[in-house]
Amino acid sequence: MANRNNEAVLQNIDWVLVLMYLLMVFMGWMNIYAAVYNEEYKNILDSSQDYGKQLIWIITAFFIAFVILVIDGEFFPNFAWPMYGIFLLVLIVVIFAGLEVKGSKSWIGVGSFRVQPAEFAKFATNLALAKYLSNINIKIEKLSTKLIAAALFAVPALIIIAQKETGSALVYASFVLVMYREGLSGGILVAGVGLALLFVLALLVDELVLTLILAAIGALSFVFIRFKARNLLIVGGVLVAAITFIYSVDYAFNNVLEAHQKKRINVLLRKEIDPKGAGYNVNQSLIAIGSGGLIGKGYLNGTQTKYNYVPEQSTDFIFCTVGEEWGFAGSIVVIGLFVVMLLRIIYLAERQRSTFSRIYGYGLASIIFFHLAINIGMTIGLAPVVGIPLPFFSYGGSSLWSFTILLFIFVRLDAYRFQILR
Amino acid sequence: MNLFSDRKYVISAIFIGLALIFLLRLFYIQVIDDSYKLAADDNALRHKIEYPERGVIYDRYGKKGDKILVYNEAAYDLMVIPKRVKTIDTADLCQVLEITVEQFRERLVKLKKQKFSSFRPEIFEGEISLETYARLQEKLYKFPGFFVQARTLRKYPRGIAPHALGYVGEVDENIIAANPYYRMGDNMGLSGIEKSYEIPLRGQRGVKIVMVDVYNREKGSFENGKYDTASVLGQTLISSIDADLQEYGEQLMKNKVGSIVAIEPSSGEILTMVSSPTYDPNLLVGRLKKQNYPKMVRDTLKPLYNRATMAKYPPGSTFKLLNALIGLEEGVITPSTTFGCGRGFHFGGLTVGCHPHASPVDLKFSITTSCNAYYCNVFKNVIQKYPKAAIGFNVWRNHVMSFGLGTKYPTDLPQESKGNVPTVNYYDKYHGAGRWNAITVISLAIGQGEMGVTPLQMANFCSVIANRGWYFPPHIIKQIEGGTIDTTYLKKRFTKIKREYFDLVVEGMRNVVTNGTGRIAQLDSLSICGKTGTAQNPHGKDHSIFIAFAPMDNPKIAISVYVENAGFGATWAAPIASLMIEKYLRREVKRPEMEKRILEANLLPKKEDWVAKK
Repeated sequence: MANRNNEAVLQNIDWVLVLMYLLMVFMGWMNIYAAVYNEEYKNILDSSQDYGKQLIWIITAFFIAFVILVIDGEFFPNFAWPMYGIFLLVLIVVIFAGLEVKGSKSWIGVGSFRVQPAEFAKFATNLALAKYLSNINIKIEKLSTKLIAAALFAVPALIIIAQKETGSALVYASFVLVMYREGLSGGILVAGVGLALLFVLALLVDELVLTLILAAIGALSFVFIRFKARNLLIVGGVLVAAITFIYSVDYAFNNVLEAHQKKRINVLLRKEIDPKGAGYNVNQSLIAIGSGGLIGKGYLNGTQTKYNYVPEQSTDFIFCTVGEEWGFAGSIVVIGLFVVMLLRIIYLAERQRSTFSRIYGYGLASIIFFHLAINIGMTIGLAPVVGIPLPFFSYGGSSLWSFTILLFIFVRLDAYRFQILR
Repeated sequence: MNLFSDRKYVISAIFIGLALIFLLRLFYIQVIDDSYKLAADDNALRHKIEYPERGVIYDRYGKKGDKILVYNEAAYDLMVIPKRVKTIDTADLCQVLEITVEQFRERLVKLKKQKFSSFRPEIFEGEISLETYARLQEKLYKFPGFFVQARTLRKYPRGIAPHALGYVGEVDENIIAANPYYRMGDNMGLSGIEKSYEIPLRGQRGVKIVMVDVYNREKGSFENGKYDTASVLGQTLISSIDADLQEYGEQLMKNKVGSIVAIEPSSGEILTMVSSPTYDPNLLVGRLKKQNYPKMVRDTLKPLYNRATMAKYPPGSTFKLLNALIGLEEGVITPSTTFGCGRGFHFGGLTVGCHPHASPVDLKFSITTSCNAYYCNVFKNVIQKYPKAAIGFNVWRNHVMSFGLGTKYPTDLPQESKGNVPTVNYYDKYHGAGRWNAITVISLAIGQGEMGVTPLQMANFCSVIANRGWYFPPHIIKQIEGGTIDTTYLKKRFTKIKREYFDLVVEGMRNVVTNGTGRIAQLDSLSICGKTGTAQNPHGKDHSIFIAFAPMDNPKIAISVYVENAGFGATWAAPIASLMIEKYLRREVKRPEMEKRILEANLLPKKEDWVAKK
């Protein structure tokens, strides 16, 4: 029985997705090698260098992937809650007992082996959310459902904020996209985009001016909609909410955010130019990518990345190496590969008979998408500097393992799809 | 169940939309906007200028003689790229440089304010010592924006001939504007040989592009040196100067104001060019120049002034030789023509005095005894040979000019005065056209009046007589290694006076030394020929002048000596010339008493006299 099961798994694996995974991991490793390339340490196996270590992480990741593939497909929905519970516990423990690295208390480890539980909490949360929303009796229209679902990913996010890993916590916002797919009103996306826009405007434009502009837009809206008491109430409500939001943004920006976070946002909005301080990373990153030209400077010939002008270049700023050494052509390939992978995941998710698997697939896609958006966005000056890795590319064991687990659980679920009776 | 399955399109659209936004942005920064490429080069590439060593200058005996006049010594500049200076441990750097933090800030602010790009390397501290350099080298990685550049400074092993060699200095904005080769901070020859032979001496600057990492550490050449240009060493020059003779001349002229110029008649090569007071050229190198140059400029004795080529003196009695030659050529006298001298030349109310001597005077005796009356008659007769004074004067003037007087012949020395031989125009303006005659300008007969001759011209004039009628334009570089000197120095120039007349004058000059006014210059078997001169000086005591050449046949050296405010030519200038000739022809001087008298003489004007006369 077990034998037959394994054969079925191998037959039903989506090799396209796995191949893309392998390609990305390989490309990532090549770029890490280039980023830390040094004539003195050419040996690719040198474990004192990032690329040597990454090679170890890659091999172990393959092993993890293999283990996941041989686990029974039924295991993941069944053990979703316990795993979620365990990771919440670990996240909390880390706050008190974790190792402090660069100001954030989010690491656990033995000796030089260290991992960041926040990375792994993503797949556990994804499993839990999928488990909860796939319940046959769930009605997403109900407020309580929405609140509970939101709480499922808000709780780990808050704990991670407490670990001072704001970047990793932000990723959890991507689950909104999953809820949208499962029936949450499209208004949430519109509201999200609207709020983001208001946030930026609130920081750039004087509050009073912005208030007047909004009031004017509100008044003008009646040219298009009928003047009724109900509409008046809605427009008025939205207006009041928006204005409240503007003022609270201003308050939060000045009182809640930390100085370095404020600076990063100001630099992004070009309100502050600080090429040696907060703007240094982005400035150097833009120079590296921008100097790549159409076809790049050639592998191992990127002066900016090779000579360490870009900070964090093997981790968060790995895309600089791509941009510099492979140019716009390389950028197209990498971004294209991600888009194809995301669309493939959606395609696979949509073919699942099990709601659980579909929701899990969308969760996976959303997380990858969010990482992609923030990570590349920040390297090209379109997003604030938030320290989150580029999936499969960036140096780092936690990130690679976490994305491997996330992805291969989905691959496993997909391979199992025929055995699921509705 | 799959109620909202259409939403996959919305989500896919969001994914694709973001990717498109990213690609548009990437297309803009990577393909369209070039500024990042420049910024990247600016980050990682350093244009290192390789300054070739400036050419070495040897004395006339070349590499075999191994007497170097100037060579190079290594020096290190601490450079800074102001824009690249980050927050550094200023105190640490200041300690190494031995300056205060305030000085450091001040300099940096000043450099940042310069109108040139603040990405350009500027000298932060020039010529740091070797120890400072060594200490700095270890710490340099801590100070991004700073680096050390090696270059060379001129070094003069014997400290002689500063006026001939000239000095090197930093180019200014005018030079840069006129000549795009030079850049701020470059050095170039500003005077002397350094200036006139700047191009062979400087060689060709090279540029090496290197890559540096974020810590400013060099990481190798850019694209395997594809864009590098190699520097070309400056060429070696062989000067015509005889280092030993030059040094000896400078010693003899110590505590005297004046000049010695010696020329090899057969080639026109300048053997010695002393301008006194002189100075040690090492004092005007690099950092020292800043301290010493203003001092020298203020010095009332003007040590920087090259009297040998710039000072115009009346030739005095030495000029009689020229008038004798013109008189003979113009046929107004023969060797046996005699004129009476009753204590001078008397014409109407005018008297040009003369010292007591036998009378009447023929050509030979006129030279030996330097008779004024004789030459006034010769000069008068030359001018009066022609119907109008102006015509006669021009004939006379053309003869004078053919000896290289009153004109700049093409020497390889910058800063040269052409002297002065008055023109018809000048006298017409001064006296009115047709209202002057030979008698009006009679002082020219004895080398006074408006005549102005530089010591170099005087030496060349003597050389013309030694050669009996021709000269090569005097020059100070005999050979450029791997090149050729200007052919103008190899072209003989002739006077219009017959050789036989020169022989007569040479005989007279020989007599001056054997039993005339220049007996003091007599030196046993060396057949020195000379002529004394005493130039009246409106500012003070007469200048002592002597010109000489030797040996009489096949002359090897022609020399002119001027000692300012020293009195008779025979007293100071003649012994100095004689000692110089001995030194050059015999390589050693065996007249210790005479040598001692000259070396110990202090003929400098007393300070108060000098100041009062100014």
